Amino acid sequence: MAMTGVLRPGHAQLRVLNLEEGVRHYRDVLGMVETGRDAQGRVYLKCWDERDHNSLILRESDRAGIDFFAFKVLDEATLDKLERDLQEYGLTTERIPAGELMETGERVRFEIPSGHKIELYATKTQVGNGLQVTNPAPWTPAAEKGIAPVRLDHCLLYGPNIAEVKKLFCEVLGFYLVERVLGPDGEGEAAIWLSCSHKVHDIAFVEHPEPGKLHHLSFLLESWEEVLRAGDILAMNKVPIDIGPTRHGITRGCTIYAWDPSGNRFETFMGGYQPYPDYEPTTWTFDGLGEGGGLDYPQRKLHESFLTVVT
Amino acid sequence: MPYQVTIEETGERYTCGEQENLLIAMARSGRRGIPVGCRGGGCGVCKVEVTAGDYETRAMSCQHVTEEDRAERRLLACRVFPRGDVSVKVLGKMHKAVCTNAGLRPTEKTKI
Ligand code: FES
Repeated sequence: MAMTGVLRPGHAQLRVLNLEEGVRHYRDVLGMVETGRDAQGRVYLKCWDERDHNSLILRESDRAGIDFFAFKVLDEATLDKLERDLQEYGLTTERIPAGELMETGERVRFEIPSGHKIELYATKTQVGNGLQVTNPAPWTPAAEKGIAPVRLDHCLLYGPNIAEVKKLFCEVLGFYLVERVLGPDGEGEAAIWLSCSHKVHDIAFVEHPEPGKLHHLSFLLESWEEVLRAGDILAMNKVPIDIGPTRHGITRGCTIYAWDPSGNRFETFMGGYQPYPDYEPTTWTFDGLGEGGGLDYPQRKLHESFLTVVT
Repeated sequence: MPYQVTIEETGERYTCGEQENLLIAMARSGRRGIPVGCRGGGCGVCKVEVTAGDYETRAMSCQHVTEEDRAERRLLACRVFPRGDVSVKVLGKMHKAVCTNAGLRPTEKTKI
């Protein structure tokens, strides 16, 4: 599909209870590349195959969770247009000056009805992936360090007013609905998977009474074998695992969920299929989530911790 | 040297090493229904009140443990490391799991 408007997830800022423990986890166990530290003490990381300067920012705080999740848009004109569209839709937006985040241009920040802060930006310094652009090799030594995901793939956020969130993402930001889970009464949507691209999700939401919660940040691997290898590496490093390795019925993703040292859940993920905006969304009933294998296809069961534990 | 942890409501005891936290040791003891969440002090599902004994803590989210909680020794079990025998009361989510049939059975003494 043509890539205009909102391109892809760009960065997430996570709160960690101990900065160095967080850095050790994301840099040495996950295998991300540390690209900088700023005057506020925040640490910047990127996955090896990402070209832009950063995709994960760690901030030490007295509580875990997510500060904001950002999408890169095509160019500055698109940024201006989307900001106007958001304002016309009734949202208040805030401009964060260029450089507030290292190597990142101006950002437009707004709060969505689920209580999460979302950002859009058009510019970030391209530091490359360590490969030359002429006749490059297929990978670099960084591709073998730790779990070594290729990119930040998506996030799943928990909060209220999912129906309004869906409207906003679809009507203003150009996303489309890929899959959904209906509520227990068969009405309303308890969970939605949204895409701005060709991926099964660029962001997803679950209806939840408390606003602004993080369920997980997801990092992309290229094969099922790499997901299994991730499981070995997590175990070797005594990283607590929530579920997996397994496959979801929803999105067909192959996955492991585990927790960072501050209790933020992250995912090592691969697979899915390639949706297009004209596809009819896939619907899961509430029963389908458990026995239907929506959550865990091989085991066909619900996992209490997966459904309820958030930061 | 492993220490003894006593769950007040049920009288049940389990052992917990210095390097282990109260939650992992409780889960390892094999009873069902322990709400093991993030194990990192972030999610708040494992709240207990330490009613007796010494311990050390590691960072835990102030969203789940306020200053007042801390003063009252209401803490997240996954961030509490014993430095002697301790007694705990289980709170919140954990209370339901530990004090019903899914987890421990109340002793005669504590049965309500
Ligand atoms: S298990 Fe999450 S705070 Fe203890």
